Amino acid sequence: MDFLRDTWYLYLRLARMTRRMPIFLVLSIMQPVLWMLLFGQLFRVVITLPGFGADSYIQFIAPGIAIMTALFSASYTGIGMLRDIDGGVLDRLLATPVSRSAVVVSRVLLAASQVMLQAGILVLMSLALGARPQGGVLGLSLVFAAAALLAAALAAISCGLALITRRQEMVIAAMNFIILPMTFLSSMIMAPGLMPEWIRAASRGNPVNWAVVVARLGFEGQISTELALNLAMLITFTVACAFFATSAFRRYQQGG
Amino acid sequence: MGDAAPVDAALDNVIEVRDLHKTYPSGVTALRGLSFTVAAGEIFALLGPNGAGKSSTVRILTTLSAPTRGVARVAGFDVVEQPQQVRRRIGYVAQTSGVDPLITGRENLELQSQIFRLPPETAQHRMAELLALFQLDEVADRLVKTYSGGLQRRLDIAMGLIPQPEVLFLDEPTTGLDPQSRAVMWQEIRRFAGRGLAILLTTHYLEEADQLADRLAIIDRGQMIMEGSPEELKGSLRGDVISIELSDRDNIPEAQVQVGRVEGITRVLTDGPELFAQAGHGASAVPAVVGALEKSGIDIVQISLSRPSLDDVYLSATGHSFRQPGPIAEDPS
Repeated sequence: MDFLRDTWYLYLRLARMTRRMPIFLVLSIMQPVLWMLLFGQLFRVVITLPGFGADSYIQFIAPGIAIMTALFSASYTGIGMLRDIDGGVLDRLLATPVSRSAVVVSRVLLAASQVMLQAGILVLMSLALGARPQGGVLGLSLVFAAAALLAAALAAISCGLALITRRQEMVIAAMNFIILPMTFLSSMIMAPGLMPEWIRAASRGNPVNWAVVVARLGFEGQISTELALNLAMLITFTVACAFFATSAFRRYQQGG
Repeated sequence: MGDAAPVDAALDNVIEVRDLHKTYPSGVTALRGLSFTVAAGEIFALLGPNGAGKSSTVRILTTLSAPTRGVARVAGFDVVEQPQQVRRRIGYVAQTSGVDPLITGRENLELQSQIFRLPPETAQHRMAELLALFQLDEVADRLVKTYSGGLQRRLDIAMGLIPQPEVLFLDEPTTGLDPQSRAVMWQEIRRFAGRGLAILLTTHYLEEADQLADRLAIIDRGQMIMEGSPEELKGSLRGDVISIELSDRDNIPEAQVQVGRVEGITRVLTDGPELFAQAGHGASAVPAVVGALEKSGIDIVQISLSRPSLDDVYLSATGHSFRQPGPIAEDPS
């Protein structure tokens, strides 16, 4: 199928570029490790708060940091897209018979696979620090799936914004504007039981929180309806973001 | 042996453009009824100043942009109705490079071969051929961002030739190159031209169109001004051009009248401090022109006689010099 082959070829191009930036790779791998250490230390005592409901903060936060990594790594994918637009690479591709969707999907896949790599490092790190994933292979797969789905969704939003605004500053400003609120309106670093009521209510409509719930329940091995429901909402959100990116791309092509 | 193709004159045209209009969503009108054809194997140049509509035309023909009105067919396919068929048969070398700077030259060519689904052996063979043709062998495994402007431009063109297109679009292929690299590029374009490959070249260098094109169209503000071979266009001016530079711009109107009265002068045009007089036989008209101006007390800084260049063709057709498009000359503020 042309779409799959083109996606693979374009993915390889992006992967090559990434591989040639060893410092970028080291930084991306170090990032979740560093966060894990910092959050793990700074908030160590919060588990002693009555109602927190966890025995080890590392155990609690490991799946949360996996999702945080997805947020911060995938949100700037659109900048690479802009480089392709400004350098004429995108137009050159569009003048060939290459599958149009593959152009966007390859970038989204790269973001997702980078986040999977980071999540892998993170899981190993959390094991070393004493966390114990209770969900086995299925549970860990759910952590990876949640991180990858959220990464894909944010990469798609980022690409869509890049295609619509054509400005790097706009992509950065818009993504920064949503990343932090989405982080704090979720149970990523704080147990839902200790959140103010309004934040807990807001978190229920927050895709980042859906990803956190899937990852945490998976990590804890609590395969439940709640997990399934959040996973379904997360998948729907990712599909909607893909739709947004696709229509932004169509708009870009028509604007030429 | 396949069936003999029916003899059809239209089939010989790899590009057919009829009454093309383009108005961008911003309200800017780039094309106002452009029509032309390019035959198989021909090098055709679209010549015009910046903003004349050259790039807009190329973007429509390469399916990157839709025309507001009109029809364009490339390699026999409609660019709006059958864009994928068109894309399989063209090579596009844009004004802004378009090769990926963060991978090597060879990887760029490989990706292009993969997109066009060349079988691996064919791809290897063609890449080797193109790397040799453009003398890129030594730099093929370096990241493109380390290439000089000239090297990158050659890689751009090699990319366009990977699919063995029926039509190659070269949008301002030598803009930004130094004169020496430009001359090298012209040589290379001549080397791969022919062999049935048609080239649509856009340029704002008169010399480039003169050097490379079999036929050219001069366009200005989205319209065709004239079309023909460089020789035909220059021949259309019939005769020589006498260029006269005056010391005082204020004398221009008076000088234009005086020179126009000289016997043998067919037309007088002005551009800045210069007069351009067309004469059937320049050498015999020069003394009379000098005499007429002296009698009126108008100082001449310099006077020269030349065979018409494309620049004169352009001036004659548009009323303004090629280097100074109309609006700038009309509005000095």
